[in-house]
Amino acid sequence: MQALKVRAVPAVEPGELKAKLSVRGLNFYYGGFQAIKNVTLDIPERKVTAFIGPSGCGKSTLLRTFNRMYALYPDQRAEGEILMDGENLVTTRQDVSLIRARIGMVFQKPTPFPMSIYDNIAFGVNLFESLSRRDMDERVEWALSRAAIWNEVKDKLSQSGQSLSGGQQQRLCIARCIAIKPEVLLLDEPCSALDPISTAKVEELINELKTDYTVVIVTHNMQQAARVSDYTAYMYLGELIEYDITDRIFIKPRKAATEDYITGRFG
Amino acid sequence: MSSAVSGASAVNPGNSLYRSRKRFNAIVVVVSSAALAFGLFWLVWILGTLLYEGGTALARAALYYQMTPPPGADGGLANALAGSLAMVAAGTIFGTPIGILAGTYLAEYGRRGWLAGATRFLNDVLLSAPSIVIGLFVYSVYVAQVKHFSGWAGAMALGLIVVPVVVRTTDDMLKLVPNTLREAAMALGCPSWKMVVFVTYRAARTGILTGILLAIARVSGETAPLLFTALNNQFWSSDMNAPMSNLPVVIFQFAMSPYENWHRLAWGGAALITLAVLVLNILARALFRRTD
Repeated sequence: MQALKVRAVPAVEPGELKAKLSVRGLNFYYGGFQAIKNVTLDIPERKVTAFIGPSGCGKSTLLRTFNRMYALYPDQRAEGEILMDGENLVTTRQDVSLIRARIGMVFQKPTPFPMSIYDNIAFGVNLFESLSRRDMDERVEWALSRAAIWNEVKDKLSQSGQSLSGGQQQRLCIARCIAIKPEVLLLDEPCSALDPISTAKVEELINELKTDYTVVIVTHNMQQAARVSDYTAYMYLGELIEYDITDRIFIKPRKAATEDYITGRFG
Repeated sequence: MSSAVSGASAVNPGNSLYRSRKRFNAIVVVVSSAALAFGLFWLVWILGTLLYEGGTALARAALYYQMTPPPGADGGLANALAGSLAMVAAGTIFGTPIGILAGTYLAEYGRRGWLAGATRFLNDVLLSAPSIVIGLFVYSVYVAQVKHFSGWAGAMALGLIVVPVVVRTTDDMLKLVPNTLREAAMALGCPSWKMVVFVTYRAARTGILTGILLAIARVSGETAPLLFTALNNQFWSSDMNAPMSNLPVVIFQFAMSPYENWHRLAWGGAALITLAVLVLNILARALFRRTD
């Protein structure tokens, strides 16, 4: 426990990377409970960053501050800075819809809308663009191909999105997210409800997506973090304990606490 | 070592705890089956009587095109049928949007705060209010003011009964929609009204439509509120601003009379309402099964 009390100093120093999102002194509260304590880190552009840590450590909460999902719940609030292109997302007067369209999110449980596969994709696109039927067809195909699901659904685009298998539903949700061309993709334990084959497909997809998008993934599965991410942040009890290049975190972490968690001696 | 952890396993068919559990299970199965049989018995009896007594009246084509007759003469229920259809339709059209919107407020926008809590409580009171109270209310605020009974007043009373049923089912059904679906829509940058209309309404549409059908079924048999509002009319009337004939009140009036031909018509009307509600329900089920 001694090690946990030491002030967290990330190994990847803020400002060292070309950051897409810069978190500075972020605190987060559920009513009176503080779930995130003074977190500072940079999310590098066009890389995959993983948040790991035991349940309740604040990793999903941190992810949900990036697209201001917490704003749906009046008793939740954030303090501090999350800078994207110089703008503080915590205090900005900008409409939250515009932020969310730039920072897409995929959830733990697949969430296809109760409409056709085609409309699942078109729904998000229609919010900000009015495309002709042909352009929309093209966009839907592009998004579904990008999410590596086009070949499986191209003959049943008018079927309900909820008729797909769990793994397909999750890739549909990723396609829906990509279709509106966000800059950042937030993935909140996207594979925890999927079987190993679907998980492999989603991981492959994440690898491809990072050429165009900044990806942040929360995962309980350390092998997954090791496989897909370039940078890894280890959190515990709301604090950022260590943040470094993934290889370094998994091979030679600087903190004993991180090593204990990764090797399974704790958590 | 104490006896609590030594010795062979107690799991065998002769175990007394196991046997008493099995006995208890058998008793519960018998008692609940008996309760089911008891309930079904009356239901089948009611339906059987209705069809037996009303069957011949239903089979007469005159029932559907002749007007309600004077005592002893031949006739049908055409005016009552048309009046009921008009008032139930008007009441549903008037009550459903209010009910859906209020239910939407309760489930989607007013999750916290005193207003939603108070509204939900008052709605439950209204839901269980005797329908005669609704009838008297419309009588005092509308009929007594304009000084005549009318189809509109009847539709108003029926609408007031539709509202709380639809509010309740809409609220309940929307609350069943998982919150992750709402978050997923919001995460795309969707405004909340669009999320409600295109995502949660769709997810809950079967339940909401069932609620509307339940409300229609409920009001199509209501007598008390129409007694004080639409009253009755012996003749064909398509004027919603005048007293209007309707099935429940005609049934009430004819069944209470000493005339045999009126009794036949009352049975026919009662069977007609029951069958109409049944058909409505079956249609709805068939329809939903196809779309889901």
